[in-house]
Amino acid sequence: MTTHQEIFAVIMSVTIFVVIITLVRNRKLKEEFSWLWLLIGVAVIIPVFWYDFLVKLTSWIGAVEATTTLFIFSILFLFFIALHSAIKVSQMSIQLKNLAQQISLLEAEKDRISKHIEEHT
Amino acid sequence: MNARACIIVPAFNEEKQIAAVIESIRLHSRAGIIVIDDGSRDRTVEVVKETGTLVIRHPFNIGYGVAVQTGYKYAFEKGYDFLLQMDADGQHLPQYIPDLFAMVESKKCDIAIGSRFLGSSYFPVGLLKLMGIRLFRIIIKVTTGQTITDPTSGYRCMNRKVLEKFTEDSFPVDYPDANIMIFLHRMGFRIAELPVTMAPNPEGRYMHQGLLKISYYVFKMFLSILVILLRKKENQ
Repeated sequence: MTTHQEIFAVIMSVTIFVVIITLVRNRKLKEEFSWLWLLIGVAVIIPVFWYDFLVKLTSWIGAVEATTTLFIFSILFLFFIALHSAIKVSQMSIQLKNLAQQISLLEAEKDRISKHIEEHT
Repeated sequence: MNARACIIVPAFNEEKQIAAVIESIRLHSRAGIIVIDDGSRDRTVEVVKETGTLVIRHPFNIGYGVAVQTGYKYAFEKGYDFLLQMDADGQHLPQYIPDLFAMVESKKCDIAIGSRFLGSSYFPVGLLKLMGIRLFRIIIKVTTGQTITDPTSGYRCMNRKVLEKFTEDSFPVDYPDANIMIFLHRMGFRIAELPVTMAPNPEGRYMHQGLLKISYYVFKMFLSILVILLRKKENQ
């Protein structure tokens, strides 16, 4: 790994960390969604201090260049983040449906009670 | 007719038909009518209120399946023993309401479906939709051994046990059609069909129209059926 690449990786990792922590601190990103992103920050910095691991990983997965390994794992990480978000969206969509139904039922009950009160006053 | 019976009518932008539909239901049944408005942008809610019918209003448009489930939840909470559902566009002719209720009340089945393909009446169905219906008939037959001629019919009557099952999150709100039949059959519920005549939609509107929508519908239905079949078989 060249010095240029190392510097770039460190800058990217620190930037990801700072951005994620700032978003969590400002309550724009929930802690439960931040861990995967923070993991990416760590993953970016690993090859800088442990280049041998990247080389070994490249040989394990059958890739020729270390850069290919980096690309494959970045795509995998993005896949997991998209999947994680899709799971959360699905859960929220069920919650939203139940909430809307509950509001509708309570609204109908409120109308019924108001009508009953009107009739008896 | 049992006093603890209700009729739910999911409606979306049906201001033109809904009053006539309610009136015609009242001519054939004394069961309580509940209209579930799925966030209509026209005067559907006002028109229903003018008829003195209970209307449950969704805060925004969520879809047909969610609307019927809201009706199931209401009926279940209120302790109804029997529920009949029918569409708000006038396609489901109300003269079959007493027969559908009678089938379930007499314990001949847990859920009765009004089928437009049984009996002698003719109902015009587009080629694509007909192919879809035939395909799902075969799938139901293969997976359950039972013949359901009209798996997409929304004209259904059910008892409280089915109603309770439908209030759960496992109810497929996207498209509750053929998958529901397999789902119920696997739980040991008894399904029966009754021949009914259906009128065409007065404005020519149908839920599944166009190649893209039908393809998506078929895909979703296959997925839903696969998931139901992969789930552990459980008794009601």
